[in-house]
Amino acid sequence: MLYREAGQFKTSYQADQAAFPIFQDQLAVWAILAVAFIGVPLVGNDFFLNSIMIPFLIFALASVGLNILTGYAGQLSLGTGAFMGVGAYACYKLTTIFPDVNIVIMIVASGFFSAGIGMIFGLPSLRIKGFYLVVTTLAAQFFLEWCFIRIAWLYNYNPSGAIEVPQREAFGVILTGASATPVTRYLLVLSIVVVMTWIAFNIIRGRIGRSWMMIRDMDIAAELMGVKPLNAKLSAFAVSSFYCGVAGAMMVFFWLGAAEVESFDVNHSFLILFMVILGGLGSIKGAFMGAAFIWILPILIRAAPGWIGIEVQAATVEHLNFMLIGGLIIFFLIIEPHGLARLWSIGKQKLRVWPFPY
Amino acid sequence: MLKKLAIGAAALAMLGAAQVSTAQAEDTIFIPSLTYRTGPFSGGGTPFANGFADYMNMLNARDGGIGGAKIVLEECETAYNAQKGVECYEATKGKGALVYNPLSTGITLQLIPKAPVDEIPVLSMGYGLSAAAVGEKFPWTFTYPTSYWSQMTSILKYIDDNGGLSGKKIGFIYLDLGYGREPIPLLEQLAPQMGFELAMFPVAGKEMQNQSSHWLNVRKENPDWMIMWGWGAMNPTAIKEAAKIRFPLDRFIGNWWSGAHADLNPVGEAGKGYLAANFSGIGTDFPALQDVIKHVIEPGNTQTDPGDVGNVLYNRGLFNAVIVAEAVRAAQAATGKVAVTGADMRVGLETFNLSEERLAELGLAGFTAPIQGSCADHEGQGSIFIQQWNGSDWERVSDLITPMTDVVGPMLQAAADQYVSDKPDWQTQTCG
Amino acid sequence: MGLLFDIFINPFVEMASGLDFLLQVLWEGFVSGTLYALIALGFVLIFKASGVFNFAQGIMVVFAALTLVGLHALGIPAFLALILAVAIMALLAVTVERVVLRHLVNQPDIILFMVTIGLTYFLIGFGELVFGGDPKSMITEELGLPTGSTVFDVFDGIVILQHLDVAAAVISAIMVAGLAVFFNKTRIGRALRAVADDHQAALSVGISLNQIWAIVWFAAGIVALTTGIMWGAKSDVSFALQIVALKALPVLILGGFTSIPGAIVGGLIIGMGEKLFEVYWGGLLGGGVEGWFAYVIALIFLLFRPQGLFGEKIIERV
Repeated sequence: MLYREAGQFKTSYQADQAAFPIFQDQLAVWAILAVAFIGVPLVGNDFFLNSIMIPFLIFALASVGLNILTGYAGQLSLGTGAFMGVGAYACYKLTTIFPDVNIVIMIVASGFFSAGIGMIFGLPSLRIKGFYLVVTTLAAQFFLEWCFIRIAWLYNYNPSGAIEVPQREAFGVILTGASATPVTRYLLVLSIVVVMTWIAFNIIRGRIGRSWMMIRDMDIAAELMGVKPLNAKLSAFAVSSFYCGVAGAMMVFFWLGAAEVESFDVNHSFLILFMVILGGLGSIKGAFMGAAFIWILPILIRAAPGWIGIEVQAATVEHLNFMLIGGLIIFFLIIEPHGLARLWSIGKQKLRVWPFPY
Repeated sequence: MLKKLAIGAAALAMLGAAQVSTAQAEDTIFIPSLTYRTGPFSGGGTPFANGFADYMNMLNARDGGIGGAKIVLEECETAYNAQKGVECYEATKGKGALVYNPLSTGITLQLIPKAPVDEIPVLSMGYGLSAAAVGEKFPWTFTYPTSYWSQMTSILKYIDDNGGLSGKKIGFIYLDLGYGREPIPLLEQLAPQMGFELAMFPVAGKEMQNQSSHWLNVRKENPDWMIMWGWGAMNPTAIKEAAKIRFPLDRFIGNWWSGAHADLNPVGEAGKGYLAANFSGIGTDFPALQDVIKHVIEPGNTQTDPGDVGNVLYNRGLFNAVIVAEAVRAAQAATGKVAVTGADMRVGLETFNLSEERLAELGLAGFTAPIQGSCADHEGQGSIFIQQWNGSDWERVSDLITPMTDVVGPMLQAAADQYVSDKPDWQTQTCG
Repeated sequence: MGLLFDIFINPFVEMASGLDFLLQVLWEGFVSGTLYALIALGFVLIFKASGVFNFAQGIMVVFAALTLVGLHALGIPAFLALILAVAIMALLAVTVERVVLRHLVNQPDIILFMVTIGLTYFLIGFGELVFGGDPKSMITEELGLPTGSTVFDVFDGIVILQHLDVAAAVISAIMVAGLAVFFNKTRIGRALRAVADDHQAALSVGISLNQIWAIVWFAAGIVALTTGIMWGAKSDVSFALQIVALKALPVLILGGFTSIPGAIVGGLIIGMGEKLFEVYWGGLLGGGVEGWFAYVIALIFLLFRPQGLFGEKIIERV
C-alpha cells in the first residue's frame, strides 16, 4: 500500500540504473540523512553522540570495509583490527610530521597506507583459500600488533607507548582533541562516512565490484571468463583496508582521543566480523544494521536494569551481556543466516503487498 | 551463584532505599567507580573494587557520609577495556562525578585530556602516566601515592641495600603494553649511572600464560636480580616458571601490581621467598578495617568474600577510597560547601594532607607512608615497602623506602614537557 | 656484515657452546608443542566430522578446567569431580548439537564458524557468572599428577625436567593413541570417518549425523578438559587461558585441518621452532616475537603446500 512501485516508470537507462530506483527509497534515504545531519545534533546529548553515534558510525564504516572483502570478494579476514591500527598510526605520524595540513586530508591519506599494507598481506590470498586464509590474516593481525608495540618511531617514542591525539583545527573550529565539541566531531565523522559509503556503493555496482563478486562466487570460473584474480583480489584487499584504515584513524582522532595497541587487538577484528555477518554478507545496508545491533545492544542491556528499576551488580550485567550477545548471535544465525539485511528485505517485500497479501 | 543473586537482591534493595533517600537529602557526593570484575584481569579488579566500595559504604553507615553529605557510589564495568572505560566516563560524568579512578593505564590516558574540559579530576593511584605527577603541567591529574618511576627507584634502592647494585645484571620482565613499558626509560637512564647491566624480557599479552621461552632466555642471560611489571595471569605463571628454572625467588621482585594474594595463592608453597613492592598495609589489624568489618561485612552489605578482607588488593582499593574521602574533606574545608563539585575536588586533592596523625585518626596508623599533596607535586611523596611471600601469606620485610626524587624529578619534568609540547591549548598552572 | 653474522653464525655458535641449554630449549619446545597439538586436536576432531571450524575450542578448555576446579571447590573429591566434569562436557556437546548445529545443517562454513564465536561469547559469560572471573589454581596434586622435577647432568651443565611436563607428554601420547584406535577400530570411529568423507553418502547408509556430531563434540570436550588440566597446572586456570588456544591455529595450518598426525607433527614443529627462534634469534628483533612467529612458519609452509603438510589435496573443478 504505502510501499509500492507501481506507476513509477523508467524512461531512460540512467533512471533504470539509479542507485535508488524506487521513489520511496529515495525519500527514505533523504529522510535518514536529514535526521542524521540536523535532528541528531539538535537533540543528542554528549553521551548519545560520544558513546553511541560516533562509535556506531566508525564501526559501520569499518564494517563496510570488511564487507567489501568478505561479503563481496569472498575473502574471510580477521585482520581488520590491525588494518584499523595502521590507519590510526599512519594518521598520527602524518599529522605530527605535517601539523599544518588539515586533519581530514590526513585521515583520508592514512587510508592509503593501510591499503598498501592490506595489499601486502592480501598476496597469500592468491594461493590460499577459506579458513587457511583466515589464519594468514591472523598472522597479519599479530605481526602488526607487535610492530605497533616494538617500533617506537610509530608513536614518537612516547614512554607509555600510546598515541595521543594532538589538537588540530581548521577554519577556526577545533576538530580533534578533548576541546573539540561532540557535535563537531559527530558531523565530521558523519560526513566522511556518508561520502565514503556512497563511493563504496558505486564501486560495488561498477565493473570492479562485479569482478569481486565473480571471484567470490567461483574464482576459477571467473578467471576463465577473463577476470584477473590478482587484480580483483588485491583491489578488494586494498579498498577494504582503505576503509578500515580511515575508520581506525577516525576511531582514535574523533572518538577515543588516545590509543594503545590494545585498541586494535584481535577482539576488534571479531567485533567487526560480527557486525558484517549479523548485518548480512554482501550488503552495505547490512553493515550499518550490524554495527547498530552489535554496538548499541550492549549499551541498552547495560542501561536496561536501571530503567526498569532493579539494581543488578555491574559485573553480573556484564556477564549476562556476554551470554545474551552470544545467544543472540546464535539465534539470528539460526533464523536468518543471511543477516539483518535479508530480514529487512523480507519485511520490505511484505510491505509491498500489504495489506492485501494475495 | 544463588548467593550472588541473593547479595545482588539485597544490594539492590539497599541501593533502592539509598536512592529514595538521596532524592530527598540535599547534599550528596557522587563518586563513579570504574571496576573490572570481568575479563582476563578480573582476578585483580574484583578485590580492588570491593575494597573501594566497602570503605565508602562504611563511611555512609558509620558517619552518614563525608562531612554530612551521603556518598552515592555507582559502579561501571570496564572489563579493563579502554573503550568501555570511555563509555563509562561519558555515561556517568553528567551525574556530577567528583573524581575518576580509571583503574587502567589505557583508560587513564584517554581521560587525561578530557579532565580539564569537563573539570573532573583524575586520580590514577599508582598507575597511569608517570609524568602526570608534575602538577604544573597536569593540574587535573593525580598519581598519589607515587608513580611507577619513583617505585622503580625504590626497588633499585632495595637491591642496592641488599647486596649492592653496581656490576650486577638486572633482568626486567614486563607485560608488553604501555603499562609494562613505562619504567624502561628510567631503567635505561639509571643503568649507566648506577653501574648495572640491563636485560629485558617483554611478555606479550597473548603469551601471559605461555612464558617458558621467556624464562629460557632468563636462564641464558642469567641475571642477578629480576624485576617484574606484570599483571593478571602473567604473575603466577612467571613465578612458577622462575621456580622451575630454579631462579632464587628472594631475588625476584614484583611491582605493586605483581604482589597480591590473588597472584600468589595459585602458586602457594612454590612461591616462597618471592618479593613484591606494596604501598598499602596488609591484614585487618587496623581500626578502620575493623570498622569496615563491623559496619559493612558483618551486616552483609557487600559483595566481598569475608576471607578477602585485608588482602593486598582489597586494602589497596580501600586506600584509594581513603584518598578520595580525604580529598573530599579537604575540598569541603577549602570551599565551605558540603556538596562539592569536580573543580572543588581538584583543590581538595591538591591541598589534602594525609599525615601520620591524620592516618592515626582514620584508624590507619602505619598503613602507608604519609602523603602530602601540593600544587606542584601531584605524586604526594609516598613510599613503598617490600613484602615477601612466606608460602601462604605476605609479610612485610622492609621499612618504607623513599624514591630517588632527585633522579625522578627532572625526568618527570622532561616527560611532562614533551607531553604538552604538541598541545598548544593545554591547560597548565603556575605554582607559587 | 655484522647483522649477517648475527643471523647465520652466532646463534649456532651459541647452540654448540651450550649443549645442555639447547637440550633444555628443545625439551621446553617439545612440551609446548604437545600442548599446542592437544588443542589443535580438538579443532581437527570437529572439523573432520562436521566441517565446523570450532572457534569455541579455546573457551571449552577454560570451561572444562573451571568446571573441574569449581566442583572440587564445592568439596567433591578430585576423581568424582573429574567424572562429573566429563559428564558436563558431554552435556555441553549434546546441547550444542541439539540447540545449534541441528538447525544449521548445510549452511556455509562461515556461518558455522560465526556460530562457534557466538558460542564462545556465551560460554565466557556463563563461565564467569557461575565460577567468577578470578584465577584459580589447578588441583594438580589431588588428581595425582606429579609435581617435582629431576635434574640431569649432561654436557657439563644441567637439564631440568619437570615431572608435570613429562606427565603432560605421556598423557597426550596416550590420548592420541586412544583416539587413533577409536577412529580406526571401533564402529563409531568408522562411522565418523564415513561422515568426514561424505555427509550424504554416510546418511544414506544409515549413519545418524546428529549422533556423530554429539560424539565428536564430546570427544573434543574431553581433549579440552585434558588440555585445561595440563595448562592449568603449568600456570593457572583463568579466562586469559583461552587466548593460548589461538596458538593452535598455525598448528592447524601446518598440519592440515583434517589430519590428526598433522596436528601432532605441526604442534611439535611450531612448539620447538618458536622456542628456538625466540631464544636464539628473538633478541635481534627486540624479543617477544613468539606471538607471530608461529604464523610466519605456517605461512611459509602454506605458500608451498596450500592444503597443509598432511591435508587432503585440494581439487577444484568449475
